[in-house]
Amino acid sequence: METPSESHKRHTLALLVDNRPGVLARVATLVSGRGYNIDSLSVAETMDPAVSLITLIVSGSPRIVSQIVKQLRKLINVIKVSDLSDMDYVERQLVMVRVRAQNGAREEIMRLCEIFRCKVIDVSPKSYTLEITGGQDKIRAALSLLAEFGIEEQVSTGLTAMTRSLSAKK
Amino acid sequence: MTMMSGAEILIECWKKEGVKVIFGYPGATTIDIHHHLAVSGLRFVLCRHEQAAVHAADGYARSTGRPGVVLVTSGPGATNTITGLAGAHMDSVPVLVFSGQVSRLLIGNDAFQEVDIVGVSRPVTKHNYLVLSTEDLAQTVKEAFYVATSGRPGAVLVDLPKDVMSGQAEFHYPRKVELRAYQPHLAPHPKQVQKVADLLSKAKRPIIYGGGGIISSGASEELLRLAETLEIPVTTTLMGLGGFPGSHPLALGMLGMHGLYRANMAVQSADLILAVGARFDDRVTGALSHFAPEAVMIHIDVDTTSIHKVVDVDVPLVADARQALVAVLESLGPAPSFDREGRAQWREQIRAWDTDCPLAYDRGPMEGIKPQAVIEALYRQTGGKAIIVTEVGQHQMWAAQYYLCDSPRQFITSGGLGVMGFGLPAALGVLIDKPDATVVDIAGDGSILMNVQELATAVQENLPVKVAILNNGCLGMVRQWQELFYQGRYAATILGGGPDFVKLAESFGAKGFRATRLQEVEGVIAQGLAEPGPVLMDFAVLPTELVYPMVPGGKALDEMILDKANLP
Repeated sequence: METPSESHKRHTLALLVDNRPGVLARVATLVSGRGYNIDSLSVAETMDPAVSLITLIVSGSPRIVSQIVKQLRKLINVIKVSDLSDMDYVERQLVMVRVRAQNGAREEIMRLCEIFRCKVIDVSPKSYTLEITGGQDKIRAALSLLAEFGIEEQVSTGLTAMTRSLSAKK
Repeated sequence: MTMMSGAEILIECWKKEGVKVIFGYPGATTIDIHHHLAVSGLRFVLCRHEQAAVHAADGYARSTGRPGVVLVTSGPGATNTITGLAGAHMDSVPVLVFSGQVSRLLIGNDAFQEVDIVGVSRPVTKHNYLVLSTEDLAQTVKEAFYVATSGRPGAVLVDLPKDVMSGQAEFHYPRKVELRAYQPHLAPHPKQVQKVADLLSKAKRPIIYGGGGIISSGASEELLRLAETLEIPVTTTLMGLGGFPGSHPLALGMLGMHGLYRANMAVQSADLILAVGARFDDRVTGALSHFAPEAVMIHIDVDTTSIHKVVDVDVPLVADARQALVAVLESLGPAPSFDREGRAQWREQIRAWDTDCPLAYDRGPMEGIKPQAVIEALYRQTGGKAIIVTEVGQHQMWAAQYYLCDSPRQFITSGGLGVMGFGLPAALGVLIDKPDATVVDIAGDGSILMNVQELATAVQENLPVKVAILNNGCLGMVRQWQELFYQGRYAATILGGGPDFVKLAESFGAKGFRATRLQEVEGVIAQGLAEPGPVLMDFAVLPTELVYPMVPGGKALDEMILDKANLP
């Protein structure tokens, strides 16, 4: 067995599950029961209202992640598990951030907004609240630039992800 | 369609599933069910503790191959089942616990005897359910039985709010279950089967390593045919004992921490290991980095998660063990060619190991009783035909080593979880189905006290269990580790005087016998076996006796301690 510190890699797992009470708890218990942290999580109904999609991000060595994937498949309410990290996929996350915006800063922030295609969703005399959508790299870049002006508050959804076309193997 | 109450529907579902007996303990939330159960024609066995009720159902399931059913009340009744559920689940035994729950409106209100048992039992069950309407009940029960008994079997809990049981609905029992998300993979892949057959024929020093999956899939006959056809020696895990005849010339006995010298040496020198329905438990492999260094690994298991979990295998075959062995035998044909001379040399090598270090103990002239001598006497007097149930500890290992079981479902023990207190109630579960069988619970003086209240059940239900206590006055297995690896500091393992087991038995209305000298052993066993009812036999054994061979933690299988003189 490998120790948790060995060759950790981030994996994006997409789970199709029965849309029923308790299913998320089963998934979360399974991962946490083995001492692993869920880095990010998002859950929503799919086109079929009886099925939900859980996107979860875990880090671990290949052996551990493959064991987690197999154990997840074993859960009675889990229909399908894909490790998107083996595939060509797109991922998106939504972040809301309130940035200090006074005097000259207001112009500069609007310019950044344009570059990163953010939206201003609330305005006050001293701040802007922005909505940023994108992959993790873009969001990280935008946030580090906005940090220069002073971030008052920030919230984020979990990542959600989709393969580029059906069964798009890398 | 007539309307029925939830309680009546539940009982009808049990009948449709072929349930004959339910183990359990009543309470406020299950009173409606008991009201109807009492006149249903089904047998209810009132155990004296809910944990014991689950072990009894577990013993019943292991003995019959049919699911064991338990009915308990909410709150403490339900939480008391957790050890039983975990033990059954870890050993892949189909056990279903039906727990009462407070009425739906009270759930989440910290009501009297309320506990979120679905949340509590989640990690120790294969699946569990909270039934939220009487209309859903039949479908849920059908699903629960299907999940518990299919694929790799396991424990399932169904939580039943009181008002769902008293509520009314029409009864339709679904004929089939189809779960989109759960489809056990049972049929072996032909390409993999071919590979297995080829490798088995070519191997020079092959070993079959069989686990509990042999027994739960009913693959014993196929295993025997395969071993005999290709002359392959077979070692089994604790859970696999009886899956291959223990007295067969190709049987090596158990492997692992307290495995036989010849079995462990054979594994370490094998050039091929065929693992069937086994999961490379740490008590089996010893130090993984040194486990079977020369062997090509083939792994047959119905559970995908078992494959590559511990050991990297060369040829995985995900399938039901019996179906897989049938396919391998077919692929081999009636007279496959293999290196007969090589096999003869391999068996000769194994015989040489066994001659060097046979399973043995010092029989020197003595008054006192060696625990192994009791097992040997039991074996002789029962003609090797008793169903052996055990508790957990030294006595369990001696039973596994010295009582050679020739039939599947003959050796019943708590393997994965190692539950002390399992044996007595499990033996009662066996006897419920086979009241005329000789069923011996081999116990220690520590373990037996963990569920000794079940003597009351045995007496009330007239179940003639024979309990043989190897009484050494201590918690022997932990004491053994303290003696070997903790400088003999016997912390918390000395039991002192203990109860007078003869009087204890008598106080329950059972019979008690005691042997304190070797020469009394045969007589006590003869008396105990001759008694028509439940019996406790108390054997005062020498406390200094240790279980050998032993692979110390972190050592390779071939680094066994054979007696205290060769301690590392």
